[in-house]
Amino acid sequence: MVGLLVVSHSAKAAAGIVEIAAEMASDVSLVAAGGDPDGGIGTDADAIAEGLAEADDGEGVVVLVDLGSATMNAELAVEMADAEAMLADAPVLEGAVNAAVHAAGSKATLDSTLDAAEEARGMSKL
Amino acid sequence: MSGHGDTEALLDALARIDERIHEERAYLTELDSRIGDADHGNNLARGVGAVTDKRDELAGMALDEAVKTVGTTLISEVGGAAGPLYGGSVMAASRELEGGLDAESALAFARAYREKLMERGDARPGDKTMVDAVVPAVHTFQRAIEEDDLPPVDALAKAVDAARRGVEYTVPLRASKGRASYLGLRAVGHRDPGATSTLFVLEELLATAEDRAGAASVRDARADDAVEHGADAERAAGEEDE
Repeated sequence: MVGLLVVSHSAKAAAGIVEIAAEMASDVSLVAAGGDPDGGIGTDADAIAEGLAEADDGEGVVVLVDLGSATMNAELAVEMADAEAMLADAPVLEGAVNAAVHAAGSKATLDSTLDAAEEARGMSKL
Repeated sequence: MSGHGDTEALLDALARIDERIHEERAYLTELDSRIGDADHGNNLARGVGAVTDKRDELAGMALDEAVKTVGTTLISEVGGAAGPLYGGSVMAASRELEGGLDAESALAFARAYREKLMERGDARPGDKTMVDAVVPAVHTFQRAIEEDDLPPVDALAKAVDAARRGVEYTVPLRASKGRASYLGLRAVGHRDPGATSTLFVLEELLATAEDRAGAASVRDARADDAVEHGADAERAAGEEDE
């Protein structure tokens, strides 16, 4: 099954988003990588790389990111990692929920899960 | 030998950079508190401190390997956007130093650094980022080496001047990348912290190069002296023989 990794500047936000998405898709491998190396606000390429390895069961990982440096550190981690992984250009929470629901389906692939995450970009709330 | 002497020069530069970043830590954080998330000084200080902790390990490495290790250490320890930008660019450019350090490899390193930095940050000149210091510096360094045929130390001095002008150029700009881009007009009137720390690093590289060039010319002068004195002594000995 395709795995999902949520990268946020806040460890709490990343864990919280995983918690919300897991409620919709409890079988999907959902991993959080939030906070800087000291546990403060920020992102950490090494922690993201570890998260990728943890989320991957061989079918690849879709990565959801929040602000600027999350994208950069996630790109670096993807370059360093063994797992096949793709960054979603999507809002982190809505993208994670969409992707998790999709990944739980039997026909989901890495590409289709990425598409599902990115479809969240166009979701309107009102 | 890809230059134990080159690694020694790197260690000199790293020690200076560590000292400078710690001196400027509060200033960099203050700049970042105006337009960012107030962590640039502390993050960088933590990163260069971690590099200094690896000094003994680095001393046993060839230059390119040592520079690569500096990059991976910065990626692991700096965090924020500066970690992947500084660390990732240093790591990617380190392979240009495989044959040691000379004008050609220094230029290749500088160009590779610029390329990776702009790619990773998706930033161009005028976006109010590190790129505003790096692009004019590398451009000037290249011209000084390739067209003006200046010695590397003089070329670096010109590059540092160009970076300094680049940093000042960030003051009136709005930011279009990074956290500062959320601030719109509120970012105007402030120096970019990443461009500023880049300038500090370049200034310390220049100081190291000038120091070592100075020491080398003193050594050369001493060697010349020794040769001349030796020749005098031989001549004197010869005259005595006659």
